[in-house]
Amino acid sequence: MTLAKPPSRSTAMPPPPAVEVLSAEKTYPNGTQALLAVDLTIQEGEFVTLLGPSGCGKSTLLKMVAGLLEPTDGRLHLWRKPVAQLEQSSKKMAFVFQSPTLMPWASVQTNVRLPLDLAGMARKDADARVAEALALVGLSKFATVLPRALSGGMQMRVSIARGLVTEPDLLLMDEPFGALDEITRHKLDADLLDLWRKKKLTVIFVTHSIHEAVFLSTRVVMMAARPGRVVEDFCIDEPYPRTADFMVSPEFSRHAKQLQDSLLRASVNSEEALL
Amino acid sequence: MSTPHPTRTAIHKSALDAVKKRKPRVPLLHQPRIQRVVYPALVGLILLALWQGTVTALELPPYLVPSPLLMFETLVADWTPLSLSLWVTVKITLLSFGAATVTGVLISFLFVQSKLIETALFPYAVLLQVTPIVAVAPLIIIWVKDPMGSMVICAALVALFPIISNTTLGLRSIEPDLQSYFKLNRATRWQTLVRLRIPSALPYFFGGLRISGGLALIGAVVAEFVAGTGGTGAGLAYQILQAGFQLNIPRMFAALLLISLTGVGLFALMTWLSSAALAGWHASEHAQD
Repeated sequence: MTLAKPPSRSTAMPPPPAVEVLSAEKTYPNGTQALLAVDLTIQEGEFVTLLGPSGCGKSTLLKMVAGLLEPTDGRLHLWRKPVAQLEQSSKKMAFVFQSPTLMPWASVQTNVRLPLDLAGMARKDADARVAEALALVGLSKFATVLPRALSGGMQMRVSIARGLVTEPDLLLMDEPFGALDEITRHKLDADLLDLWRKKKLTVIFVTHSIHEAVFLSTRVVMMAARPGRVVEDFCIDEPYPRTADFMVSPEFSRHAKQLQDSLLRASVNSEEALL
Repeated sequence: MSTPHPTRTAIHKSALDAVKKRKPRVPLLHQPRIQRVVYPALVGLILLALWQGTVTALELPPYLVPSPLLMFETLVADWTPLSLSLWVTVKITLLSFGAATVTGVLISFLFVQSKLIETALFPYAVLLQVTPIVAVAPLIIIWVKDPMGSMVICAALVALFPIISNTTLGLRSIEPDLQSYFKLNRATRWQTLVRLRIPSALPYFFGGLRISGGLALIGAVVAEFVAGTGGTGAGLAYQILQAGFQLNIPRMFAALLLISLTGVGLFALMTWLSSAALAGWHASEHAQD
């Protein structure tokens, strides 16, 4: 009888989770608890939405994942490495802010090239990547104009192109379409889903819109305010591609209702905490 | 996509292209560019006419108030000495303005490196600003042998502060999210300075230049008064002093006119520079459209 071979590690090991939040919490020096300890694991390829009323710490959590804020306690890992050591691995992360945050003095292509310029990439290689990213968001024609010549939605597209140009594995988005009108928002939501599928991204998306959350996500993490905390975790197990038809389907309504109830519960609790 | 109107024949694209797009015609006097020149010029003409009229009507003697005509005649007649003096004053002004700009910008760069440096040094920048230059000028003239050099230093001291305060403010006025973006991309201090801080500071910097240009001229004239240099190195301030002693009031007015025109010219130059540098992107340059 021969001994059974141990299973080879490389095939049996599941890929490491993209994001691990390990009891991370944030308390500000004045004693305000922005976020109670959060535990959250996000696998590669997930589209996770952080949903909740304002003041629930969803942006705080996102900024901690990005490394823009340090947790007061606990740890955050990206692909099993501390956030600060991400640059040593082959994985990349990009952040899209609530406002386009473009440099008003620089052309669209210079704005998109910024992360590559900061990383010291050769101009020729960078320009090819920029052209590709602009084509992805449909703004190739506007490469040489200044941001102020573009509408709000187009500026946001530039911001997304700037996020994609580094070919990130993890895309963090902090209410990116919150300031746009509904039609533009739907369009950008649909485009974002396309990009997510095409590029096999992992996305963490912050919003306070239930409909946006249901339409986009594979998973919705519900948060509550005062103190900010994670209260529920929903799986939106609907197939992609999701189209406008999905938004009027009974499944969509069912998920939306579920989230609505949860959001109400989260808000009620926070009001009690206020009293 | 809209469908063409059913009762209309579709116009061929080439026909549409062939039609020249017409710009709506704006009457000359309604164009802001023309207005900016014509209206002040009209006010100037009216004031000159009033001045001329008053002097003629009241028969004021030229040693009290010369008429504008006499002033221009004197300007032409005394052009040789006046133009030499003008050149001296302009030279002092430009040299001191340049020195103040370079020094001011360097000091601002130093200030934004750390809050500690700024806190420690800013009161001294204020001290520099609030000490009257007339009080310091004699000292500088004693310390610096070369009269030209001493006058340039005096004028530069007057012009320095607005550049320091404006540029420092500008270098600090960065959009917080954009700063976070640079931080996320691990930009170095140098990259942040060149790609973010300096462009953000430009509008403030040019605001400072506009103020400092005028101050450099004032500083130059004050320094000339205090230094009292005559001869070939005499500037316009010296011409005014001399004309005062000789009760040559028309010449005094002519020199005064030259100083004012220099100031206006400097301001216009700075405004033009500012709009050339900020063209297209900064709100201050769009409000004028």
